[in-house]
Amino acid sequence: MALLSVQNVTMRFGGLLANDNISFDVPEGSIFAVIGPNGAGKTTLFNSIAGSLKPTSGKVVFDGQPITGLPQAAIASRGLIRTYQLVQLFKDLTVAENVEIGFHRVTRGGVGSALLRPRWFREQEESIARKARELLAFVGLGDQADMIADKLPYGRQRLLEVARALAAEPRLILLDEPAAGLNTQETAALADVIHRVNERGVTVLLIEHDMGLVMKVAQRIAVLDFGKKIAEGTPDEIRSHPDVLTAYLGGVEMADG
Amino acid sequence: MTSPAITSTRASWRDHAGSWLPVLATLALLGVGLSSSGYIVTVLGFAAIYGVFSTGLNFFMGYTGQASFGQNAFAALGGYGSAILTAGHGMEPVLALLIATTVSVAIAFAVGYPTLRLRGHYLAMATFALGLITYEITIEWTSLTQGYMGYSGIPPIGLFGYELVTEKQMLVVLVAFALLGVWISNRLRRSRFGRALAAIAGSEPAAAALGVNVAGYKLVAFVIAAAYGSVAGSLFAHFVGFISPEVFGTSMVVLSFTMLYLGGIGTTWGPLVGAVIVSLLPEALRGLKELQDVAYCVILVAILIFAPRGLAGFAPAIKQFFNRGAAAKAE
Repeated sequence: MALLSVQNVTMRFGGLLANDNISFDVPEGSIFAVIGPNGAGKTTLFNSIAGSLKPTSGKVVFDGQPITGLPQAAIASRGLIRTYQLVQLFKDLTVAENVEIGFHRVTRGGVGSALLRPRWFREQEESIARKARELLAFVGLGDQADMIADKLPYGRQRLLEVARALAAEPRLILLDEPAAGLNTQETAALADVIHRVNERGVTVLLIEHDMGLVMKVAQRIAVLDFGKKIAEGTPDEIRSHPDVLTAYLGGVEMADG
Repeated sequence: MTSPAITSTRASWRDHAGSWLPVLATLALLGVGLSSSGYIVTVLGFAAIYGVFSTGLNFFMGYTGQASFGQNAFAALGGYGSAILTAGHGMEPVLALLIATTVSVAIAFAVGYPTLRLRGHYLAMATFALGLITYEITIEWTSLTQGYMGYSGIPPIGLFGYELVTEKQMLVVLVAFALLGVWISNRLRRSRFGRALAAIAGSEPAAAALGVNVAGYKLVAFVIAAAYGSVAGSLFAHFVGFISPEVFGTSMVVLSFTMLYLGGIGTTWGPLVGAVIVSLLPEALRGLKELQDVAYCVILVAILIFAPRGLAGFAPAIKQFFNRGAAAKAE
């Protein structure tokens, strides 16, 4: 069963066709990657899925329900949680608080309960604090919980963003170029975290430029070039696909994968 | 399983130990007020009223990170509402305060809903206009507000015919309101609601991506700020017994901003600390005569240079100092 289904999505900005009739299915429980050279339309597609853009035509179906053009918060509340290519942390808050905010979707309570602090509220607060620490330990940030998020090194900010997204108990996590700006060790740590996130039963959709990461983690890959999907298949199929090799200029990058 | 539970209760006890300090300081200040002359009582009363106002504004500007230059509009609504209902119609002050606050909340919802679609400078301009429009109305609608003449004969606050006649009695009530305001602010900040506000201040896209209804939470923060502003306006009317349009003019915006940034915007106690300092500083410098304004400015600038996060920015260090002491005792 496909958890996320992208159906004939086309996105046109004036004369520019950023996404041309793109379709693919992300099976529940999988790690799916969308790759492509710079300017292939990856981020546009990502924004159409996550709700910050409304595609010109086509449909995005999540868990059997169309979500095309819904506001971002509404899409998030269904369990499709995204991260950003340029990390969007709550910089002035501590690392732990960043993750605690992530629980918004799966907790309840407003002004009234905050004032009166009934028993369930206090238990919920305790559970949020405890689970936030667990998630930080899960991504390897257990020791930095009380640090101000802004002070974390860049690679760790990425991991924090993943931990925060996990707090929202996503069914599908959308990662927008998570390896951008990371060094080799940081990318390896990230790959490990993505694997373990997937083992928790979270479906992962990865939009990525870094072939090394994609070949290591993805079970299935779709390749975009100039706004069109030119190939889809397993990492092995993609590695030897002639159109993909051409798009990546002779496949120099592929050899490293 | 038992050991993490023990550490968590100990941590929360320490948190409380740290947060009692400002309460004690406020009560000490109240003590000073009660044992000094009438003028100091008036100044402290204004500090408490501005404490309420700034603590409210902090919900919108501090916790949520939005700009409002027009919160004086709600103080005017509260002030005039209380004045008209009590002095004009002989209503109980407490009942009048509740009605004026309810009206302010309703207006904040109606005005905030379209206005809060704006961001940054545009939001600042729109809210500034809100303050100016309210100011004009209080001047022009003379049949209701008595215009430039101002509204006098406002009774002191009281309940069931029992009035707080002396200023010192009223100061106790004002300080109670200020502490209640900070208490509410503190509770709301440390909750799912408060975290959602902090998320919006941190990054609106990220907040939305985590399922936070950004527009909705902004509106609620704005309305809470309006409610505090309205209560502050009502308290002012009853404390002074006289209000005029100037009282709720643009200078109120400038003063409250100074208090927020000086005390520590986005912190729980910062706004009240700022309100006390900004109110008391000119009085403390009175002896300097013509150098008074110069000294006032130098001190303000110095605080902002050495404590860019405001005086409440020192709180973690102070808390740590006390915790270290407590921990050493516990060992």
